[in-house]
Amino acid sequence: MTTAYHDVVGFVRALRARGVGLGIEHGERFAHALALVAPTEPLDRRALYLAARATLVTRREDLAVLDDAFAAHFGGPRATPQATPLAPRHDRGAFFKTALVSYMAERAAADAEEVAVPEHHKAASAHELLQRKDFATCTPAELDEIARAMRELRLDVTLRASRRLVRARRKGRLDLPRIVRDAARRGGLALTLARRQRKLRRRPLVVLADISGSMELYSRILLQFLHGVTQRHVRTETFVFGTRLTRITSELQIRRVDAALDRASRAIVDFAGGTRIADSLHTFERRFARRVLGRGAVVLVISDGWETGDPVALAAEMKQLAARAHRVVWLNPLLGQRGYTPVARGMAAALAYVDDFLPIHDLRSLHALADHLARIPRRKSQRHVHEA
Amino acid sequence: MNREALAAQLAAHGYLVDDALAMSVFLALRMERPLFLEGAPGVGKTLLAKVLAELFATPLIRLQCYEGLDLAQAAYEWNYPRQLLALQDRTRAPADDLYSEAFLLRRPLLQAIDAAAERAPVLLIDEIDRADEEFESFLLELLADFQITIPELGTLKARHKPIVVLTSNRTRDVHDALKRRCLYHWIDYPAFELEVEIVRRKVPALADHVRRSVVAFVQRLRKEDLAKLPGVAETVDWAEAIAHVAPAALDAPTVDATLGLLLKYHDDIERVRGAKVAALLAEPA
Repeated sequence: MTTAYHDVVGFVRALRARGVGLGIEHGERFAHALALVAPTEPLDRRALYLAARATLVTRREDLAVLDDAFAAHFGGPRATPQATPLAPRHDRGAFFKTALVSYMAERAAADAEEVAVPEHHKAASAHELLQRKDFATCTPAELDEIARAMRELRLDVTLRASRRLVRARRKGRLDLPRIVRDAARRGGLALTLARRQRKLRRRPLVVLADISGSMELYSRILLQFLHGVTQRHVRTETFVFGTRLTRITSELQIRRVDAALDRASRAIVDFAGGTRIADSLHTFERRFARRVLGRGAVVLVISDGWETGDPVALAAEMKQLAARAHRVVWLNPLLGQRGYTPVARGMAAALAYVDDFLPIHDLRSLHALADHLARIPRRKSQRHVHEA
Repeated sequence: MNREALAAQLAAHGYLVDDALAMSVFLALRMERPLFLEGAPGVGKTLLAKVLAELFATPLIRLQCYEGLDLAQAAYEWNYPRQLLALQDRTRAPADDLYSEAFLLRRPLLQAIDAAAERAPVLLIDEIDRADEEFESFLLELLADFQITIPELGTLKARHKPIVVLTSNRTRDVHDALKRRCLYHWIDYPAFELEVEIVRRKVPALADHVRRSVVAFVQRLRKEDLAKLPGVAETVDWAEAIAHVAPAALDAPTVDATLGLLLKYHDDIERVRGAKVAALLAEPA
């Protein structure tokens, strides 16, 4: 292995090109490892692979990427067989011309420079009208305006008492370190009793948004909304689903909305297809729930409840979700329509495990949501059963 | 000691590793970096730290993480009741020697630094994913140069770098900055032959062909859609139970009756018991 140095640099670069986040120190570390291994055993292909794996992988998801890149870079078969084959990518050609996020993506491509749009101060009546206009009936221009209005909206999720202690005024446990310190200063007399209490912390927010065909008219504007939420509320996790679940948290963390939505739309496997809510929730429960619902999360499910799968399975999944979450809020755009009743079988089955059932179809409902989230009680409430 | 010798040494202490984990441990020791072990529960993350301590005949210092864990519980704390008593004692010298070593309570991290005076101890920081993010940033400092600054006393520095093992069950993602300080290793469930060998060592009483069926069954079970998959610890427990029953061959009634040792959720047991067990047993090797 006379060209080891070049291999290191080239290989680290190849990994970066595949999206593995590696700093300069990783290349150094890999080289250092090779220098340590070389005197102790022949630096064959396997040893090279093991050293790369020990020094260049910092999360499990990158293991498969490393295996692939290693085979591509150093030749030969993949070191370990791939556990699950990657799903064949859907042909997005047709989709990109018609639907949802593609509009934003096209616009982003068309004018790469973001144009500063002056705020329009329209007449109050027009503004008021827009507040109540159903997203599904808006023109692109109106949606742009709504997107601008949404920028000011914050979701302040309710607080919870963590186990970490901070100084308190009157209530709470005795703060012995401070009592001793004060007493030492006063010649041994503890004149005041300092106290500590549990620090309040914002609950994590987890969003599960339906982007299947029946939600098509809402998906784009709602993704924009979720982008804004992710930007302002640090602990937001966002997943979207149709027939399959996709995590788009990291995509929505990109600052520029156009770029973020473009990346998100590329990550999503099944835009505007059928809906299998129960399957998607099941995937969420098995793969992510432990990680993202850990500390008393508030969960927002955004869906019209059109389930093509088994409603009994959906009820079972909702029950699990409700047990783990601090609060489950179901947002349904159809709820904005006069006289809507949740008769869709899936919706009816899910409702028993939902704490709040709210509309999400116009700007006003988004503001109402923000108000509502800020008022969620700190303690987990007894779940009241909705009548379907 | 090279990688293979290290693997052999670990095996001699009852811990079997595949070559990937052997390389990570070897490099962590040689590069003097903490080893960050992530993986499902019951794959032997904590055990590795214990075995390393045995192997190097050095103390194991364990810090179990939990939500709200802070400096006072992890590193050091002043003995406040004693300090208050001392303050009341008028015959004592001025107050500043309240903050002397006599009043210091040493918690695991400080113990690790103290213990390093003789030889490097093994410091196990268990289930770091349970601690808060604030605690992670404190650890960052500690792991960088193995010193703790106590404002009243000064800086205490480890003479030998402890061998540090961090574990995570992945109930949340640990911050990148912390992982970057470490060598990361994802411990997967062991391959078939390796797991058979682990069971052979832990439960020697089990007949050879039954042992293979036991491991094959567990490995198939791990491909099922379950809330909690059985770890190696569960395989060993189950194998021990099977050894007590001592069937001629692993059959469905025996499996059904002992499933509680493998699966820890009622839903999972219900899902598997009966038809599924029979199907898994019937699967060709």
